[in-house]
Amino acid sequence: MSEMNQQELLLKVNDIHVYYGAIHAIKGVSFEVRKNEIVALIGANGAGKSTTLNTVAGLLKPRSGTITFKGENVTAVPASKMVFRGLALCPEGRRIFQQMTVRENLEMGAYSRPNAEIEQAMENVFGRFPRLKEREKQVAGTLSGGEQQMLAMGRALMARPELLMLDEPSMGLAPILVEQIFDIIRELHESGATILLVEQNAQMALSVADRAYVLETGSIGMSGPAKQLLNDDAVRRAYLGH
Amino acid sequence: MAFLSSLVNGLSLGSIYAIIALGYTMVYGIAKMLNFAHGDVIMVGAYIAFCGAQYWGLPPVMCVLTAMLVCTVLGVTIERLAYRPLRQATSLAVLITAIGMSYLLQNLALQIWGANPKSFPVDLVALPGFTLFGGQLRISGVTLVTVLANIVIMAALTFFTSRTKLGKAMRCVSEDRGAAELMGISVNRTISLTFAIGSALAAIAGVLLCSAYPTLQPTTGSMPGIKAFTAAVFGGIGSIPGAMVGGLLLGIIEILSRAYISTELADAIVFAVLIVVLLVKPTGLLGKQVREKV
Repeated sequence: MSEMNQQELLLKVNDIHVYYGAIHAIKGVSFEVRKNEIVALIGANGAGKSTTLNTVAGLLKPRSGTITFKGENVTAVPASKMVFRGLALCPEGRRIFQQMTVRENLEMGAYSRPNAEIEQAMENVFGRFPRLKEREKQVAGTLSGGEQQMLAMGRALMARPELLMLDEPSMGLAPILVEQIFDIIRELHESGATILLVEQNAQMALSVADRAYVLETGSIGMSGPAKQLLNDDAVRRAYLGH
Repeated sequence: MAFLSSLVNGLSLGSIYAIIALGYTMVYGIAKMLNFAHGDVIMVGAYIAFCGAQYWGLPPVMCVLTAMLVCTVLGVTIERLAYRPLRQATSLAVLITAIGMSYLLQNLALQIWGANPKSFPVDLVALPGFTLFGGQLRISGVTLVTVLANIVIMAALTFFTSRTKLGKAMRCVSEDRGAAELMGISVNRTISLTFAIGSALAAIAGVLLCSAYPTLQPTTGSMPGIKAFTAAVFGGIGSIPGAMVGGLLLGIIEILSRAYISTELADAIVFAVLIVVLLVKPTGLLGKQVREKV
């Protein structure tokens, strides 16, 4: 932990409140992500995990509170500009472009990058996800669930983000594929990526993360090093099912 | 030979419908709205070209380019002022606004150009016509230009949406607006671009329409607008090849009905065919199956 704290602060979310119409979805959430960390946000369905990520990504605007990314206040920056600043979200439900080919999806992932970089970035992604290379010309809607998740992650990586946010990457996947996805997350971490991970699968999330925050109906409950939360009785009972 | 001649006329009218339908279908695909003012942008385009030829002494090409420029600015302005503030509103509110915009354009045209029909210069865009089968089948210059324009526009749009970064970004916005934003694509700018392209095409359609049917008045755009909208639905709204197929078929059905069944009933037959198609295939001929999001 102390070692982590010396790393440069990348993202700081300070007391944000988010509403859906009259519904107060996020009630004062604060957390931070440092360089080269994997930070997990865990919590039950409806706790506000995705809402938090979408707000950081700029898809939703907080009514109050601030979001600081790389030392700049980005609270009011829209999603289409955030990716240019080095933040990419791999959204819940993957949301790949079903009618476009695998290659086109990846190209669009690099929309914020100069054209000259695209080929190199694509080679990197194909290196990490050889399956995508095999399916390069295939229409994305015809991929299996696991391949679609890989494509969604590859597409986010095409932007060469300084902070990669993954929203429920294990959702709807068979256990063996979940393992695969988490292996890739570990590899990304080892190669120096900074990741903010939202997961309902708390066990898996805590096993890869450095630190974690537990979201409970719109606010942060516990937080701490992931190992510590993994062994915490209250967390085990509420989120790990034992 | 009369049949072939009707077929050619149908192809020509259908090409005009197809060019107009592209505007409807692209705006629907990207902005998810029906821009019922689109037909009236056609009328404005025709008036500008008319003024260019009649009053400003412009050469034909400049008449068309000026009309395209004015319509592009008009289309983008309409979107910016009337539709963008309603981006989060119900689709019914947007639809009513579009109908209001349609009447606004017609009334403005009435103010500026008066109610008396103008006779459009028929030779504005004509190539020399030619005859086939020993003079039995005549292809007029306007028909030739219309069909060629349609082919060029279709090829250009296909290239644009499948090969260029901007065109692909447009397809992203059409498929998933939120995901497109996450890629860094500005939805507002993409929608403006769509209106710009659609409106420039409307200007071309206006010139072609009035070259074939040279009576120009403030309501000139309404009926072709509605027919082209029908063509877009017929082919599958949101689909660019669908607009092409729908437009051509609609034009051919209309002209053949007029020639062989009844002039009065031609429009009714066109809409009857639409209803049958939609009963059999609710998404239109080339419409995409929209999958329910889980």
